[in-house]
Amino acid sequence: MNFKALTAIASALTLSASFVAAGGADDDTLVVNDEISIVTKAAAPAHMADAVDEVISGWHFRTDETQSLQADDFDNPGMLFVEQGLDVWNTADGSEGKSCADCHGDPEESMVGVRTVYPKWNEAAGEVRTLQMQMNDCRENRMGAEAWKYDKADAINVEAMIASVSRGLPMNVAIDGPAAATWEQGKELYYTRTGQLELSCANCHEQNFGNYIRADHLSQGQINGFPTYRLKNAKLNGVHSRFKGCVRDTRAETYKPGSAEFVALELYVASRGNGLSVEGPSVRN
Amino acid sequence: MRLFVITATAALAAGVAFAADTVAPGDVEYGEYGEVTASLSGAAGNAESGAIIMATKSKGNCISCHAVTALNDSPFHGEVGPSLDGVGEYRTADELRGIVANAKMTFEGSVMPAFYKSTGFIRPGNGYTGKAAEGDLPPVLTAQEIEDVVAFLMTLKDS
Ligand code: HEC
Ligand code: HEC
Repeated sequence: MNFKALTAIASALTLSASFVAAGGADDDTLVVNDEISIVTKAAAPAHMADAVDEVISGWHFRTDETQSLQADDFDNPGMLFVEQGLDVWNTADGSEGKSCADCHGDPEESMVGVRTVYPKWNEAAGEVRTLQMQMNDCRENRMGAEAWKYDKADAINVEAMIASVSRGLPMNVAIDGPAAATWEQGKELYYTRTGQLELSCANCHEQNFGNYIRADHLSQGQINGFPTYRLKNAKLNGVHSRFKGCVRDTRAETYKPGSAEFVALELYVASRGNGLSVEGPSVRN
Repeated sequence: MRLFVITATAALAAGVAFAADTVAPGDVEYGEYGEVTASLSGAAGNAESGAIIMATKSKGNCISCHAVTALNDSPFHGEVGPSLDGVGEYRTADELRGIVANAKMTFEGSVMPAFYKSTGFIRPGNGYTGKAAEGDLPPVLTAQEIEDVVAFLMTLKDS
């Protein structure tokens, strides 16, 4: 929770202590750098049309102040980490003395569109892989370098850099064919009510998006904006780390970032946002 | 998925002590509409302490989902559940006790958590640590705390 921002809003509106605001997503539009139009609302993909009519980016549930930080790369603190990710991209590492750039060149050319299709089935490995798993595959098997720790600095910075070159393109993960079983597993997890509070992702993000839960304005829990720079902890946050926090808040035993469960959940949640633009690195509270 | 089953012996071993008149979470009898007729602690509730429990995050944290005008001194009331203003007028103490103890007995599939339940959870955690629960989970609220909350709800007469 971002108490500072919330107190600011509460006092700006001179509301009494009971803060029951009109819920729902706002009608603002997002254009990054006056150049990249971001689709922040889209018709629900067919596989979830019985759940909601429209899929909505988490951006719509944040304050105007937070929203505006994402409209310009100079104001978006996440872009500092994108710069760091680009440095890592260009730096040789591991026994082969290679950098990402040695094989993939300029990410503004080679990585455009990549974010939109992950997590994705990898035929050779026979598994669904997240972007971070794929990056680690390159590190271990092509560079002779150590795998990055899941959602930690280098991994998240490079992931943000790769996301940033796809901003504006629609999320489009495949859920059929060999990915179907993993997608089903993710769906099952999404609707399972965990912990002593017996809450599922759907209880908060499908049934109650637009409503306040205490001081938090619930969004649909979409991941098109990841990695997200959160004002709360002043760093980039990965998808799995966010899942972990939400599961913990149900008073449950969480899964670990990088676990098979969270990979499946990421595929499922990503598919719920098919049609929304990639926004990462987005800014949230 | 791992269901957590608490046995009577485990409850004893963990030293979850219930006063003579206290009804244990597993022994609560819910009526046809989810109501509970007798005090869970055997004693009357204290409305003032109920108000505090409802606004305290580590306790009921009820206002995270419900607006309650009488608790406006505590900031940020949620919208996930209905406003509770006037609930003491149109509901009986027995109904309210059942709803607070386990709302799913009254409202099937409700989002509202059960506050007097200690078994049958999926991946129960140790509070908000994200770690697995060790041993038995005490209910979120004690029998007396449930009674205190019910006593407070009964004071909410104007909507
Ligand atoms: C008790 C309520 C609750 C539950 C249950 C819950 N969340 Fe959340 N979640 C929140 C809140 C509050 C936020 C912050 C506000 C927002 O963006 O919705 C949040 C944020 C998120 C975000 C960030 C969205 C963005 O735009 O940055 C994602 C992703 C997310 N949740 C996914 C999940 C998933 C997946 C699950 C189930 C494993 C889950 N949540 C369960 C309350 C919950
Ligand atoms: C995570 C959300 C959540 C929390 C926390 C929560 N409730 Fe609820 N509550 C609900 C919802 C949703 C309903 C509506 C019932 C339904 O349709 O599921 C409800 C219904 C009720 C009702 C019935 C109201 C009526 O119109 O008859 C009472 C009374 C109530 N809650 C009291 C409480 C108390 C007391 C606490 C805390 C000890 C609490 N609630 C905590 C979500 C919540």
